[in-house]
Amino acid sequence: MARMTMIEAVRSAMDVSMERDDDVVVFGEDVGYFGGVFRCTQGLQAKYGKTRCFDAPISESGIVGTAIGMAAYGLKPCVEIQFADYMYPAYDQITQEAARIRYRSNGDFTCPIVLRMPTGGGIFGGQTHSQSPEALFTHVCGLKVVVPSNPYDAKGLLIASIEDPDPVMFLEPKRLYNGPFDGHHEKPVTPWSKHDLGEVPEGHYSIPIGKAEIRRQGSAVTVIAYGTMVHVALAAAEEMGIDAEVIDLRSLLPLDLDTIVQSVTKTGRCVVVHEATLTSGYGAELAALVQEHCFYHLEAPIVRVTGWDTPYPHAQEWDYFPGPGRVGRALAEVMEA
Amino acid sequence: MTEFPQLSLHVPEPAVRPGGQPDFSNVNIAKAGSVPRPSVDAAPEDIRDLAYSIIRVLNRDGEAVGPWAGLLSDEELLTGLKHMMKLRAFDARMLMAQRQGKTSFYMQHLGEEAVSCAFRKALKKGDMNFPTYRQAGLLIADDYPMVEMMNQIFSNENDPLRGRQLPIMYSSKEHGFFTISGNLATQYVQAVGWAMASAIKNDTKIAAAWIGDGSTAESDFHSALVFASTYKAPVILNIVNNQWAISTFQGIARGGSGTFAARGLGFGIPALRVDGNDYLAVYAVSHWAAERARRNLGPTLIEYVTYRVGAHSTSDDPSAYRPKTESEAWPLGDPVLRLKKHLIVKGVWSEERHVQAEAEILDEVIQAQKQAEAHGTLHAGGKPSVRDIFEGVYAEMPPHIRRQRQKAGY
Repeated sequence: MARMTMIEAVRSAMDVSMERDDDVVVFGEDVGYFGGVFRCTQGLQAKYGKTRCFDAPISESGIVGTAIGMAAYGLKPCVEIQFADYMYPAYDQITQEAARIRYRSNGDFTCPIVLRMPTGGGIFGGQTHSQSPEALFTHVCGLKVVVPSNPYDAKGLLIASIEDPDPVMFLEPKRLYNGPFDGHHEKPVTPWSKHDLGEVPEGHYSIPIGKAEIRRQGSAVTVIAYGTMVHVALAAAEEMGIDAEVIDLRSLLPLDLDTIVQSVTKTGRCVVVHEATLTSGYGAELAALVQEHCFYHLEAPIVRVTGWDTPYPHAQEWDYFPGPGRVGRALAEVMEA
Repeated sequence: MTEFPQLSLHVPEPAVRPGGQPDFSNVNIAKAGSVPRPSVDAAPEDIRDLAYSIIRVLNRDGEAVGPWAGLLSDEELLTGLKHMMKLRAFDARMLMAQRQGKTSFYMQHLGEEAVSCAFRKALKKGDMNFPTYRQAGLLIADDYPMVEMMNQIFSNENDPLRGRQLPIMYSSKEHGFFTISGNLATQYVQAVGWAMASAIKNDTKIAAAWIGDGSTAESDFHSALVFASTYKAPVILNIVNNQWAISTFQGIARGGSGTFAARGLGFGIPALRVDGNDYLAVYAVSHWAAERARRNLGPTLIEYVTYRVGAHSTSDDPSAYRPKTESEAWPLGDPVLRLKKHLIVKGVWSEERHVQAEAEILDEVIQAQKQAEAHGTLHAGGKPSVRDIFEGVYAEMPPHIRRQRQKAGY
């Protein structure tokens, strides 16, 4: 075991995967010699050579398109989009190609690729360094969508994603790269070295895609969250003194519906939290599923705490980001209903 | 008042519209045999002229002339002729089948048969094409069973794609034919990635990318050229310039560039322009590009100059946007007739044998059609299972799709 930040855990996952499987290749903008703008691929080119880890032209559709071709050949590309906000030029390749190749060719060709992309806000990233576009992926059949909330999961889930036979969108909350963040921006940040989930095995292990994890057992209300919002929800529950059960989804598609249904059936109340904008966000799918599967156990309307339906602003960062205050108020609201 | 005049937008127009007299006098056509054949390791800047000329082998008299001639035996040329005839006969039957309601849709290759049929012969087993919807000659020339193609077109119980795909969007890994997508140009950059993978693994296989003139305007065309250029990928970048993108003439996509081939030059990619209706020239040029790729000398861009004689698809009526007789005026003629003439001039073929071959091929196509139709057509007979809707979205069916399948009653 070693103490790792999420950056180191992500890097370790690629290192382990490249070591075990010659078909794993890593590339993207600034990913090669420099080791990535977030240092996630540092040292990989030196260790595995330029044909296993290399820099790419600034062309997202080129990066994803060539990765799809490589996957059709038989490689397992794990490529990086520098910010999730910049995946849009590749959206055609992701949704019309990667997601559909197995289906449209009846398994003649497959697309085992991983697209890593730093996501989420809370870093004064403004409009194009803060977005959470997961709903644009969860709406696409054929994709898998994964969002880790800590170093241990990040490594295990990334290894599982690389080994998965289908395309995986791997969204890394960059706010969590160096330490957990509960939304209390006024307090100093604790590094991962002080957190249990910063303890990461050095070798190979994986966490199954499609399995949620309960981060806090509780009986009063179920909070469904992922990524940075897991830490915000935990803080909000403690601060409000509400016995919330906090589910860290980890995998959005496929979804661990059983864990959600079990929890809401027990608590009778549900709050859904995400950074992404509200309307048609992933929270709408979660709320619909809970309504459908837990209707007779619900004692209050399902509440969603999310980013506002606006582009992500710069100066008003903490009025936009759904912090522990807003989440706490929502918890109190469902408890009163 | 400023010192400059008011600006005005330039919108290119084809030379002639319906009702007009077809006119290709502006198409500059090099004499057969006149374009030199550089060595495969020639530097792109030394062969810039090839992007502006047209490499041609067959002359007006049906003789093979010049430095690009002499690569194929009589036997191979006869096979090539039969491939083109087979593709044409296949198209005619499937067009009719669509009119009879046996399938919803079809796209023919009329006039472009030489491009994909001759190109296939320059590839080896294991190489991979990333075709558009108008390169079925790659399958025909690789002896992919016509029955399978028809099963796909009819979406019947034997459809290899289980009824999921629009007709003609074939897929065959075994025959080096990547799954066709409806989204234009996406495959162009994927081909480059496939070629990069072959290079990463120190393999000997090469890839071929395919695109039409209209789709070169898509951003993936440019992505593909950048990546091919940067990594010197072993890929042949094919542009089939058939003059038309549905109703839009090629000038809209080409803009101010002299030729589509010339687009390659800015990326440092050697670019050749070839008579797409000349089977021998198409083969010679693809063979040159394939050898370049196999020798690790990097990508080559080829523009095939041809003409889309048929409608864009069974849903299109070209008389609404171009003169009805335009294809007859096309100066590069008909690829089947030109190769036929060449073989007759060489004394290895005759009108009688041609007529006989046509009948034999038609019979072969009809037999295949009967076999396919025995397994159903779009609205009659055997169908893929409703279960097949839900299979294959992922390697393993996730619970939410299983629930939906059960809801559908399967």
